[in-house]
This record gives sequence, structure tokens and C-alpha cells, in this order.
Amino acid sequence: MYDFTYHKAASLDDAAKLLASAVDAKPIAGGQSLLPMMKFRLASPSDLVDLGTIAGLDRIEAEGGTLTLGAMCRHGAVCTSEVVQKTLPALAHLAGLIGDPAVRHRGTLGGSLANNDPTADYPAAAVSLGATIVTSKREIAAEDFFTGLFETALEPDEIVVAARFPVPEKAAYEKFRNPASRYAMVGVFVAKFPDVVRVAVTGAGASGVFRVPSFEEALSKDFSADALKGLSISTDGLAGDIHASAEYRAHLVGVMARRAVAAANG
Amino acid sequence: MNVTLTVNGETRSAEVPPETTLLVFLREYLNLTGAKTGCDIGDCGACTVILDGKAVNACLMLAAQADGRDVITIEGLATREGLHPLQKVFEETGALQCGFCGPGVILSAKALLDENPAPSKQEIRNALAGNLCRCTGYVKMIDGIQEVAETMRSVPTPALPAASKGEQKHG
Repeated sequence: MYDFTYHKAASLDDAAKLLASAVDAKPIAGGQSLLPMMKFRLASPSDLVDLGTIAGLDRIEAEGGTLTLGAMCRHGAVCTSEVVQKTLPALAHLAGLIGDPAVRHRGTLGGSLANNDPTADYPAAAVSLGATIVTSKREIAAEDFFTGLFETALEPDEIVVAARFPVPEKAAYEKFRNPASRYAMVGVFVAKFPDVVRVAVTGAGASGVFRVPSFEEALSKDFSADALKGLSISTDGLAGDIHASAEYRAHLVGVMARRAVAAANG
Repeated sequence: MNVTLTVNGETRSAEVPPETTLLVFLREYLNLTGAKTGCDIGDCGACTVILDGKAVNACLMLAAQADGRDVITIEGLATREGLHPLQKVFEETGALQCGFCGPGVILSAKALLDENPAPSKQEIRNALAGNLCRCTGYVKMIDGIQEVAETMRSVPTPALPAASKGEQKHG
């Protein structure tokens, strides 16, 4: 990796100032995506601002039908948290499917959201659950937050502070993993609220997470795996690579969605 | 920049460039070459060390991020009295072949047993999910880890060396 200047942020304000003051500064949380990208020289920030030293960013709180997770919550902490397991077990399950134990001990929720890898797991949960991303400047609805391939609505000196997940009646996440990288070839998060059902897909879209309106409509009328029988999605906008063609990914979206609904219904 | 951390119970310190990973810090500044440089991007687990009780990839951390924290490497397991039970069972059963993945596998296993003294086979598999072994097929490792767990549970005083100072000197 290229050299850079390293800063330990003392507070969120301090981090924001450091990010704004350098030419091409980036925040670093767990570093499980950023450090490999820097080693590949796909990223070469002039400065790294370490958020790991800021206190209070790893809170896990459930209150009034909302689960709030701090941006520095490690995937391992989310998957083993009794609060998450009790309030939103689908999210605990999702966190436990990310990477391997070593990656889960370092990788963070905020880092995953801000990176918006098209095969990352958290974006599907955030969109399906209608999460709110709380930043150092404002609050952004998850659907407005993810804007494209590795792109988000975040400004250069804006930092993810937390994510608020509304607690659904039922939810589940089903992931078809790439057996080598353990990233989602296709991952489908299904959430049922009293007034709405949302289905969000990661891994399949060429430009990241997306919703499936036809599935949502069918599930709103009948929240059962059978309601999705015969429904499929178009290959337009889907990713195709050596691991899976767009056609295969489209097929997997249907299969994973049906499994997720079945799992949500327990 | 200065990085100071506890490695195998001893305070260690070095002046390093910011881009130094924890792995490079351990191998090149402290001459602890037990953690291996494999893929260097977090896929293979050959560089696994234990950071504040959790298995992590040393290649995917800056040394600066480990500043002030507690690291255990494979060099910290054996004592003057002998090998760590995990090392011993791996040696006795031939659980390793070329050995390159060994330090990482053993530390992932130690982190698991420290948290969960009675893991199931599936829990052991999950704990080793980030450690690639291209020789063995993992079977003897998994059996060995379960055997050690059983032995350690049956011994009133754990045979593990404590992570405290003084008992971690290299043999």
C-alpha cells in the first residue's frame, strides 16, 4: 500500500475536522475492506482517520420498536448480542454470515454500510427494514443512502454514526454464499411490517442492493413462500461473472426469497 | 510513529511507518515470524493472532490500530514445561502437514476454547472457517481440538498458560 498520514480521532468532531482538512482523507473503522483495497492500490488515501478510538460508537440499544446499532459495532458483537438476537434475530443471523470469525471480530456495521459493496450483507437488511442511517450531519433513509456501486450519499467529511432499524413483525435473511470468498452471490432479506413488506436483494445487482416490487406485492397479499411461486425477476441490471451468470443470479433471487419467507414464518 | 503493545505478556514498542500492518510489525520489527504472510488480504488466515481475546487477521490491521492492546502469537503458547495442549495434539496426531497454516489454526482454536470450552464439531468448523489448509482436509485438526477441549475440561487447573506476565516466556 502507498504511504499515508495516520490520525487517531479523539471525537466525532475531531474526525470530521481531520477528514475535511486533508486532500484525500478517509475514515477507517475495522479496515477489513479498506486495507485490502489499499493493498491492491484501488484506494490510496493521503490520510487515514481512525475511528476506533472514539468512545460510544458501539452501542446496541432496543427501544420502542427500534433497534439502534452504533457504527463501530463489530459483526461478531452484533451476531452474539442478546439484545439483537431477541429483538431482530434475522439481523444477528445476517451478521454471523459475514466473512469468517477473524473478519467479524474487526469488521463494523458502519464500515459495511459506507463501503456499499454490491455483495455486502448489511445493505439488504437496511433497505428491507427501512433503516435510517444516522451520520455526523443528518439522518438518511437507507433507500436514499445507497446510490450505486460502492457509492453512498455520504459527503467526504460525513461519518456514519449509527443505524436505526425498525423492528418488523417477521424477518429473515437467506444468503447463497460464494464458497471461496463467502460474499453473497445472492442474499435476500425479507421483512414484514403491519403495513408493508419489503424484499431487498444484495449480491445480484450490478450496481448494488435493490428491491423487488413484484415479490413485495405478492407477499403483501399472502406472506407465504407459495405466494412467490411462478414469480421471477428480469436479468436486466444483474451482475454476471465467472461465479454465476445473470440468469443464475435471477433464479437464485427467487429461491432465496422463498427460503427467506419460509424462515421468517418459522 | 510509535506503537506500543503487549505481545505474549511483554510490553513491546517500535517506531514504524503508519502503513505498517500488525503482521509486519510482529514479523519484521519484533522478529516474531510465527504468524505467516499468506495471501496478505484476509482470505487465508495464516496470519491469525489473538487480539484482546479474539482471533483476527494480523495482515488486515494497522499496527497503529493495535496500539495499547494485547496480542498473543503462536510464540506465546509453549512454555519451558512444554508445548501447549493444542500444539501437542497436532504434533501427536499429524494434524498438520506442511505446517504453514498451523499457527493461525492453533490460535483460532485457542480463541475458540477460551470462550467455549465444550465446542461441537460444527462450532469448531465455524471457528476455523477463515483458516485455509491446503494439505490436510481439516479432519485431524477438528478431532484434535475436540480432544484437547475434553482433556482440558477434565483437568481441574487448566493446562493453558495464563495470558499474564511471567508465564509467557519462550521456552
